[in-house]
Amino acid sequence: MRRQLRIALRTGIVTEPPPGRSDVERLGARLAGEIQRRFGRSLAIRQVDAGSCNGCELEIAGLTGPHYDLERFGLSFVASPRHADCLLVTGPVTRNMAEALRRTWEATPDPKLVIAVGDCGRDGGIFRGSYAVVGGADAVVPVDAVVPGCPPSPAAILAALLDVIGRRR
Amino acid sequence: MAAAGALAAAAIGLVALVLGLGGVAGSAWTVVVDWLVPLGGLELTLDPLAGLFLILVGGVALPASFYAAGSAERSARGALAYPVFVASMCVVPLAANTMTFVIAWELMSLASYFLVLHEPEERASVRAAWVYAVMTHAGLACLLAGMLLMGAWTGSLRFADWRAAAPGLGAGARGVVFVLLAAGFAGKAGVIPLHVWLPLAHPAAPSHVSALMSGVMIKLGVYGLLRAGLDWLGAGPAWWGVALLLAGTVSSVIGVLYALVDNDLKKLLAFSSIENVGIILIGVGAGMLYHGAGLEGLALLALAAALYHTLNHATFKALLFLGAGAVVHATGTRNMEAMGGLIKRMPWTAACFLVGSAAIAALPPLNGFVSEWLTFVALLQNTRIAQPMLNLVFALGVAGLALTSGLAMACFVKAFGITFLALPRGDAAARAHEAPPAMRAAMVALAVVCVALGLGATLVVPALVTVAGALTGDRAPVAVGDWLTLGVSGGFATLSTLAIAVALGAALALPLIALRLAGAARGQRRYETWGCGRMLQTPRMECTATAFADPFRRVFGFFYRPEKRLDITFHPGARYFVQRIEYANPTRSIFDDWLYRPALDALRSVAHRARAIQSGSANVYLAYIFAALLLLLALA
Amino acid sequence: MIATLLIALGQVLVAGAGAPLLVGVVRTLKARLAGRRGPSPWQPYADLRKLLGKEPVVSTTTSWVFRATPYVLVATMLVTALVVPILVARPALGFAGNIILLMYLFMLGTFFLALAGLDSGSAFGGMGSSREVAIAALAEPTIILAVFALALRAETINLGDVVERLAREPLLAANPAHLLAFVAFFIVMLAETGRLPVDNPATHLELTMIHEAMVLEYSGRYLALVEWASAMRLFVFMTLLANLFFPWGVTSLAEPVPLLLGLLALAGKLAVLAAALAVLETTVAKLRLFRVPELLAGSFALALLSVTAVFLVP
Repeated sequence: MRRQLRIALRTGIVTEPPPGRSDVERLGARLAGEIQRRFGRSLAIRQVDAGSCNGCELEIAGLTGPHYDLERFGLSFVASPRHADCLLVTGPVTRNMAEALRRTWEATPDPKLVIAVGDCGRDGGIFRGSYAVVGGADAVVPVDAVVPGCPPSPAAILAALLDVIGRRR
Repeated sequence: MAAAGALAAAAIGLVALVLGLGGVAGSAWTVVVDWLVPLGGLELTLDPLAGLFLILVGGVALPASFYAAGSAERSARGALAYPVFVASMCVVPLAANTMTFVIAWELMSLASYFLVLHEPEERASVRAAWVYAVMTHAGLACLLAGMLLMGAWTGSLRFADWRAAAPGLGAGARGVVFVLLAAGFAGKAGVIPLHVWLPLAHPAAPSHVSALMSGVMIKLGVYGLLRAGLDWLGAGPAWWGVALLLAGTVSSVIGVLYALVDNDLKKLLAFSSIENVGIILIGVGAGMLYHGAGLEGLALLALAAALYHTLNHATFKALLFLGAGAVVHATGTRNMEAMGGLIKRMPWTAACFLVGSAAIAALPPLNGFVSEWLTFVALLQNTRIAQPMLNLVFALGVAGLALTSGLAMACFVKAFGITFLALPRGDAAARAHEAPPAMRAAMVALAVVCVALGLGATLVVPALVTVAGALTGDRAPVAVGDWLTLGVSGGFATLSTLAIAVALGAALALPLIALRLAGAARGQRRYETWGCGRMLQTPRMECTATAFADPFRRVFGFFYRPEKRLDITFHPGARYFVQRIEYANPTRSIFDDWLYRPALDALRSVAHRARAIQSGSANVYLAYIFAALLLLLALA
Repeated sequence: MIATLLIALGQVLVAGAGAPLLVGVVRTLKARLAGRRGPSPWQPYADLRKLLGKEPVVSTTTSWVFRATPYVLVATMLVTALVVPILVARPALGFAGNIILLMYLFMLGTFFLALAGLDSGSAFGGMGSSREVAIAALAEPTIILAVFALALRAETINLGDVVERLAREPLLAANPAHLLAFVAFFIVMLAETGRLPVDNPATHLELTMIHEAMVLEYSGRYLALVEWASAMRLFVFMTLLANLFFPWGVTSLAEPVPLLLGLLALAGKLAVLAAALAVLETTVAKLRLFRVPELLAGSFALALLSVTAVFLVP
């Protein structure tokens, strides 16, 4: 216990400065001002794996670590879609996960955002056209923004999230 | 026919209620009818304690009888036994001499035996009635032995004469009588380890009878213990109080532990009765110890707490049994694992059962909370008795009571939650219908009484202190606060259920108003339960009663000694696939295993040996007669 | 009369408005100890505000018990804020109850929350309910014995009297019984408010959840009320620890200057306790569920020791 404490005090804060502007693609017709007013200071994110290869998940997991630390911007990950404001969808939506993704979306209270992460989320990525894949996330749920990349780096994902909610760095 | 019996019982109950209220208020009378009963005649005396128990009988008999009259559980079987049961329970507290008491007691037991046996085709029912009959008559034997010994030593069979003559008897004699009487009364009250009949008999009887048995009959055992411990034999030595306190603590913890793991709704309620009798006895034991130490104020407080809990338990246990009866009637089963979702189909029953569950879980501002609070406050002042051994006993009582109340809350979360909430776990529960109006009215009346006894604590406690004072013979007034606040022992502790209730009510409204003012989003959207995106939500995914009790089964495993049974039927084609898995994790009763079975086995082996006397040959019997004749001639 | 009402209002405001800040401070401290910048201590307010604007989704398997529970939770916490000595030794409802009443008021909240967990009909909710009531039941004897130890010293269990007696005779606190009771009560606080090592409030794994599992179905304004009530629970427990065991700063007067000093003293004590909690949560791992009864048995033993210490050390 003491050793843990000594390491913590010696290491200090290692959080990096926030990333610059992102190349997120806005799809939805929602007003940026309204989103900022509602979610600008607090956004609860529920990550949904719709058949991804887990590359994007690894990058997203990096966001909770001390270097990227998304909590300093009021963003947080939650376990239940009932608690969530934003669904972070990864993976091309496979046939098996299409219904699950739709139910998760229905279980989330309004108003909500959907952000598709990675090229798979955009249009199926390298799995586009496969018999096992329904198409990008927008084939099942209405998508508000897409973060391109395969996989996008944590900095890119964080920048995209901050731009979507209109949060100042 | 059954309705006539129920109405007769209701009338008797009403009379009892009125007489009881008079008794508590101070009126006292005596009725003597010499020729009605042999060996002493019928003698009835009303005093405050008897009045309180009459209120108990009447107060529970009235709603139970309405319930019975409106219930469809009609059979002509219990039509005569039921009013006899209620009437005999009225006579027991009033009895002023041995024969009256014993005859009323035996009538009560016989009548309830017939009521328990109301389904003689069921083997379980027959066994329940048999165990009940054996235990109650074993208790009667102890009672008779004690009372007749006392009669022989004091020269009279009247209780008033015992009161006068008790100081003259030796400590040993009084100790023997106390042990015999306590054994008999404790058996009737359901104190561990004489409790085995309770979880068998109470579920087997029809619900209104269970309500009376659990709410009133076992309290007559408590009545007997109060009389034996404080009245008939005078003030006793400390070991009497210690015995009752420890028995109460053990009963309360073990009772609730068994209730937690039971899936039969009525059996759970029966075990919970054992737990509450334990809590009452903790108060009685504490009262006896304080009385013996000369701390009259504390003695009255502890006894008032015990009497209050007696009153409260009668109310909410009767309410719970009536609710359980409605549920069993609607679903046709007592097994909680087959119920669920009943709150939507039986809203009135569910609301009343919730009030009863909250009351028995001792949640403020209801009545169960006030009596447990009083018991705690009485126990926490035990350092006024400067004897470390007694302080240790009190500390055990305090810890046991705290553990019990926490476990009781868990038990009734299970009882209400599994039975009424979420989805129905079976077809019968899915088709359940609400209880008929008479049954509903009875339950609502009892729920209102529960709330009233809680909010009106400041009126009830002084009356109970007076009753306790009449019992111990101490007439010194004990201050218990004013109309708003219950103040105990000169500022040791205060409580105001009325203020708390008003504050809770206002605080419930506050968020509603605040949300409206803050402009929070209104309305709501309905959707299925979050199941991780799973396609189907079936009742099989819900929490079961067994699963709910699992943490307790593990933590208290040394007590339950569960035996796991796993039975797997594999697919005939390949052992990789399973057709059927049967898993059972029953708990064993250590009392059955360690106490009753060895005792019954020993009895059986002795009886087997003794059979040798009955050889069947007439010559041997003639020889016996001849030997007995020679022996008598030699002695004379 | 007016003064009593104003002070009562003040206590409710301090508890209601200060609770999210307390939770936020603990969260920020934990983040700093983990090497992260972490959220701002004011973040819980933003979270609550955002939740109020969301339309709740309510499950079709639930009944009125589910919808009523958040209000019951908030109501019990607001009433405890009027009974606990936060600013003054004798708050408005101080006459109405004592520590035993507080214990049972907390149980009232747990009772309804456990029912709400069962009401959703999901496996997680039932599992959370069963674990929560097991832990609450096993924590009861410790609280009562800790109360007993305090009652023995102060000869009363009325909170106001205990606080005033200890404030008048500070040497009563220089006693091993006092310290043992404090540690026992601290462990019970961890169990009752769902903090590490009993329960991880930030976990996302349903199988490790106790308190969180019961609130998985709540959303919108219901979730806001439940989170607020849970923050107030932490606040009230910590205030009890601070003001009951170390009552310096708690005033008996109804004047502005002593009240302000009382508020500052409370803030200081809560800051120390929050830091201690943050350090504990960062350095200690969550206990396996069936080890928690052992922890609670340990705290019971400490409470029993504190009671005997009262007899041994005059």
